Amino acid sequence: MRLRDTAEDADFRARLRQWLVVAVRELPPVPARDDWSGRRTFDTSWQRRLFDAGYAGVSWPAEFGGGGATPSQQMIFLQETHRAHAPDIGVCFIGLAHAGPTLIARGTDQQKAAHLPKILRGEEIWCQGFSEPGAGSDLASLRTPARIEGDHYVVTGQKIWTSYAPVADYCELLVRTDPDAPAHKGITWLIMAMDSPGVTVRPLRTALGSTEYAELFLEEVRIPIANRVGDENAGWSVAMVTLEFERGTALLGELLTTAEILEIVVRTAQECGRWDDPIVRTRAGRSRADLGALWALASRNVSRTPGPRDVGGNVFKLAYTEARFRLDDLAAEVLGPRGLAFEATRAVSYDPVEERVRSFMFSIAGGTTQVQRNIVAERGLGMPR
Amino acid sequence: MTFDLTDDQDTLRRTARELCGRLYPMSAVRTFEDRGTVDRSGWTEFASAGMFVLHRDEDQGGLGLGRVELALVFEELGRALVPGPLASTAAAAGVIEQAKPDAVIGIADNRGAAPFTVEHLSSLDWIVAVGRDVVVVDAAAIDRSAVRAGGAPLDPLTPIALVDRLPAGERIGGSELAAQLLRDGALLVAAQAAGAAAAATDLSAAYALQREQFGVRIGTFQAVKHLLADMRVHAELAQVAVEAAAVLIDEGSAEADAAVSTAKVVAGEAATANGRSCVQIHGGMGFAWEVDAHLFQKRAWVLEHLFGTTTDHSRALADGWRVNLEEQGAEHGHS
Repeated sequence: MRLRDTAEDADFRARLRQWLVVAVRELPPVPARDDWSGRRTFDTSWQRRLFDAGYAGVSWPAEFGGGGATPSQQMIFLQETHRAHAPDIGVCFIGLAHAGPTLIARGTDQQKAAHLPKILRGEEIWCQGFSEPGAGSDLASLRTPARIEGDHYVVTGQKIWTSYAPVADYCELLVRTDPDAPAHKGITWLIMAMDSPGVTVRPLRTALGSTEYAELFLEEVRIPIANRVGDENAGWSVAMVTLEFERGTALLGELLTTAEILEIVVRTAQECGRWDDPIVRTRAGRSRADLGALWALASRNVSRTPGPRDVGGNVFKLAYTEARFRLDDLAAEVLGPRGLAFEATRAVSYDPVEERVRSFMFSIAGGTTQVQRNIVAERGLGMPR
Repeated sequence: MTFDLTDDQDTLRRTARELCGRLYPMSAVRTFEDRGTVDRSGWTEFASAGMFVLHRDEDQGGLGLGRVELALVFEELGRALVPGPLASTAAAAGVIEQAKPDAVIGIADNRGAAPFTVEHLSSLDWIVAVGRDVVVVDAAAIDRSAVRAGGAPLDPLTPIALVDRLPAGERIGGSELAAQLLRDGALLVAAQAAGAAAAATDLSAAYALQREQFGVRIGTFQAVKHLLADMRVHAELAQVAVEAAAVLIDEGSAEADAAVSTAKVVAGEAATANGRSCVQIHGGMGFAWEVDAHLFQKRAWVLEHLFGTTTDHSRALADGWRVNLEEQGAEHGHS
């Protein structure tokens, strides 16, 4: 058991750190939150820089153009990019973390060749069309039907919570191809070009006031059968590939962000005198313990090959959400009346007020806290379903 | 970074679990209820297996392993609710020249005002008083009039004495040794707490699969599932926090002290929260003496107190402020 870098990892870290110093210095100004075309340009040009330096898709297997990094190197990559205040994955998220890995696992050679290099170079942005107004936690109950006409699927329906839809080129789309089969057995995974006729994107304003999600309205959209990933009606197992892929490190970037929020909270408390309050200090120390333990948990999860009943990712998400809420509340306490308004400028890297509102997504997106608990109890502890 | 058990560590863990299972099945642990004593023969067996000195160098009579191995064993001791001042004895093992290998050693933290708490006082051979200096006291020399009379112990397996003053002893070290003893004690108590948190989860899950109400097993109910899921989360966090702290001590990390406080906070809360849920899931029977649930809760409360409470360690984490996940693994190069 070791936490210290091996010689190889230390070398990886040193080279990355050195590269980041220069790369970050040359960054253009950060675009405004809802300036989507500006964000696409910013995020994709950073992705291109990563690609040129050999750091694109650091976790992808080398044979598909990725970095082939070990889990510990993936952690180092996240640590170092945060440390350097480099941009995060941004609008490239679904392509790099969801669609790409899914194509690697289940795509045809043609699909891989068409998309993987572009995803890595930041030339292709993806969004996710999974949830529907009637299918949230119970994703398998999704209804959006697809029928075959010639060599196309024809899709009419509605998707919701489609992240990055305003700037996406492709959508990983789950559709119902067999309405009579059991819920999990009638779903198909399709690659849908967002410029297909019949696709309408309507931004969905979140509780933050932001628009990174959208509703997707599909009206007789024609998708080539060649764009199907996996077999017809096998889409559920294709979608699960992604979830398995992201198990280890999905929330690691968020954990590092959280450590930054804690630093901001402490600095703020020290500046405004709240740090003299022993209760504030105790709560800050408690949050520090949360983050340290979560880092240890992430290290354990990525060091282990998950077994079939593994619930490491679910446990991490539950623990992270609880720690995050605790910290967000402390931040509000320390900020006092300043916690009642968002930061006026977007110049600060993190606004604790914004983060407090954003935190809802941790207990809801990707499986609510309640669904996660069911999974941990049923799969992890053998409770009856 | 490979933060998982090696094959040897896994074997050690299993060996410790088997030893605890053989020496301390719950039926055996139960025989120490309200006796307030340490099981001398079991103690000797642990000592002869080297359990208290795994982390000591071989030339000091140890096994030359690390804090990690020691912590793994202590998780098992905590899981089995083995009674006795185990953490004190292992933390202080090797520092008292006169002590026999199977000595029972207590640590009294007398940095603050009297009275000092001493676990299993009547069973101790030696007391190590940790203040500004570290002083060894012969337990037989304790002035009984300095020991406050108290009622039955909260944890029937762990008597805690309040002592107003200790007799004079021999100084064996200063602040460096003091810090090391308190740190090791906190780590090992945290390891026991992590083990207890895991055992309470297993006990509760087994009961939820067996107990029927409203015509179904109570583990069918989401309200019960969610309690169990939270127990699992607490137990896993506690375990990794403890093992990370042990690794960081072994690696000589500057983050070691913070990691030990983290472990003490997280494991202490895991054990107390899981103890409560364990009683809750057992319902009325959880409140019955014959069911083990209350023993996990009570041991958790005791462990939470020993070697610094959750609040003490949270404060310590704030006082030595440095939140720096980005530096984890990177410090002082590599080996």
